Amino acid sequence: MNTDVQPASEVSSGEALLVEPSRLSPTRRAITTVLRSRELSIFLVLLAVVVLATSKNNSFLFSSDGWRNFLLNPSILVLLAVGQGVVIITRNVDLSVGSVMALTAYLTGRLFIDHPGLPIIVVIAACLLLGAVLGLVNGLLVAYGKVPALVITLGTLYIYRGIMLTWAGSDRINAGDLPREFLRLGTRSVLGVPMLTIIAVLVLAAVGYYLHTARGGREMYAIGSDPDAAVLYGLPVRRRLLAAFVLSGALAGLAGALYTARYGTVSSSVGSGIELQAVAAAVIGGIAIFGGSGTVWGAAIGAFLLVTINRALPSLGIEDFWQRAVVGALILGAIVLDRVLAVRQARKLAESRDRS
Amino acid sequence: MKIHTRKPTALAALLLTATFAFAGCGGDDGGDSGSDSGSGGDGGGALSMTMLPKNLGNAYFDTSTKGAMTAADELGADMEEVGPETGSPDAQVSYINTVAQQGKDALIISANDPDALCDAIEEARSADVKVVTFDADTNPECRDLFINQATSEGIAAKQLELIAEEIGGSGEIAILSASANATNQNAWIATMEEELASNPDYADIELVDTVYGDDEDQKSFDQTEALLQNHPDLKGIISPTTVGIAAAARYLSDSEYKGQVALTGLGTPNQMREFVEDGTVASFALWNPGDLGYLATYAAAALVDGSITGEEGDSFEAGELGEFEVGADGTVLLGEPFTFNADNIGDFDF
Repeated sequence: MNTDVQPASEVSSGEALLVEPSRLSPTRRAITTVLRSRELSIFLVLLAVVVLATSKNNSFLFSSDGWRNFLLNPSILVLLAVGQGVVIITRNVDLSVGSVMALTAYLTGRLFIDHPGLPIIVVIAACLLLGAVLGLVNGLLVAYGKVPALVITLGTLYIYRGIMLTWAGSDRINAGDLPREFLRLGTRSVLGVPMLTIIAVLVLAAVGYYLHTARGGREMYAIGSDPDAAVLYGLPVRRRLLAAFVLSGALAGLAGALYTARYGTVSSSVGSGIELQAVAAAVIGGIAIFGGSGTVWGAAIGAFLLVTINRALPSLGIEDFWQRAVVGALILGAIVLDRVLAVRQARKLAESRDRS
Repeated sequence: MKIHTRKPTALAALLLTATFAFAGCGGDDGGDSGSDSGSGGDGGGALSMTMLPKNLGNAYFDTSTKGAMTAADELGADMEEVGPETGSPDAQVSYINTVAQQGKDALIISANDPDALCDAIEEARSADVKVVTFDADTNPECRDLFINQATSEGIAAKQLELIAEEIGGSGEIAILSASANATNQNAWIATMEEELASNPDYADIELVDTVYGDDEDQKSFDQTEALLQNHPDLKGIISPTTVGIAAAARYLSDSEYKGQVALTGLGTPNQMREFVEDGTVASFALWNPGDLGYLATYAAAALVDGSITGEEGDSFEAGELGEFEVGADGTVLLGEPFTFNADNIGDFDF
């Protein structure tokens, strides 16, 4: 009857979402967004892993240890993945987070040893601050040096690790050096949810909300989509880049403090290689490695998936080598999927342009 | 490219300068920590020795030096401790040269490199300094004696003994090792497997799994969790690596398995103190570095006074530790590993 509605029913809701979202009703739009999101598919994979591992061994989830570890183990990686996600969205990468985390983990131990009685909150604040400063160095070099972040942060990865090696040497922080109260922070639960998980989720919620709604957050996506256009458009590119790197550094700093609380030992090799896990979590979670798309929710689910797979595979009796191979396959799968979706999206946009 | 070619040259120049500097200023450098028995023997009279650990400020070597000082006091010898700040092989060379110039009677050293120090040690020995290595050996031909902390048989046997005692002689056990290609770990594990199969005392103990934590805290943690999950009847875990045992202890200490699954292995008292005090771990093993330094000092004294020459079969008295015999390759074995538990852990700080 109504000719105007006709074309709308012709195209799929997915295409409508892409081409002209306002054509769909808000509820339908929200549902379609969720159903078609990368986050959901990663979440389903995570669910499948958990179901499989739990069916093999009940205590994987349904024991007090199993439940706690499921929530607790990924929380440190979630923090790193959120920071990394923000940086990758701006079409950069921060490879120095592992070294930053090591420095702040050691700082935590040193502060407790050298200044007994220091309140926990002060120590955590100091770690956040140190992380932010180290992140600022990265940000300044990237924003003003005009050198690719990959190179800059690879450099600072080694420099920060070198500082760590010089500072800590063969010394290590032991559980006995740390206040009981601080160690309990690493294992304590509130209403069945570990403290570290609560901290990670709060950070995730704040960053996710900012990226989704705030002007600064949207500008980060714009910068990542097309840096040159962002400059031409007059966006404060440098300021946003600095903010992204400072955030990533500060979160790595927080992760360092929490690492110490959780594991109780710090040696100079803490966090070696974890930067790659953070990048992997972000990529698996649907953040495009060339920036401009994806969400930190996805990165957080990616972190959960990585850690949970690592927990599940030994329980399923799969050997070490295959555990790494599975992670590799996930990364490749995520990137291929990314590419396929991008090509399909471009084609669909072109088709609907031709049609109109 | 430029950086790569320039670096070794710069390093060499630095080292050369450092060597000259140290050679130039004789005896009073670097030895400010722990030299409470005075320094600088004059050749005649009292026995003079130098203790050269891998690096200073390392609690492990502080303990071994303390043992050496005790032995030196008993012997009426002068003992001085010198050492570099960091454990790099080149750093020890200048100290060895100094010892030779001072005409000390003996040098007790934990070598940072089996080969790199040999020239310097050779020079010292030609100046009639007796050289005893401990903790880490050089090539057998360039020193007089090596004080070996433990043999793989001793380490393997001790750990089985501890776990058997804690689980009451029967049940499933598992091993949490370092990396799958760590030579010493694999030697210990192989010896333990043989012992489990052949020793009737261990007939009821079954080794159900060996996992690898790669000497990373986090991975060792995860592997401990997997072990507990996959083997619900597990009674005990042996972790012959200091990183592994600390991570496993941290995991157990706040898990539902605390007190139900026994844990032992090789650890250091400082790392394990927390977990021994809270009851997660009853006992663990390692050699006592204090005894190591003590024995090395007695061995050096025996070499200097000529009662032994370092030949296989020579024997000497080492104070309260008793009598020791020199084995093949000029090696003296300290004995079986030392057991740390709630009663004695307070006496150690390393």
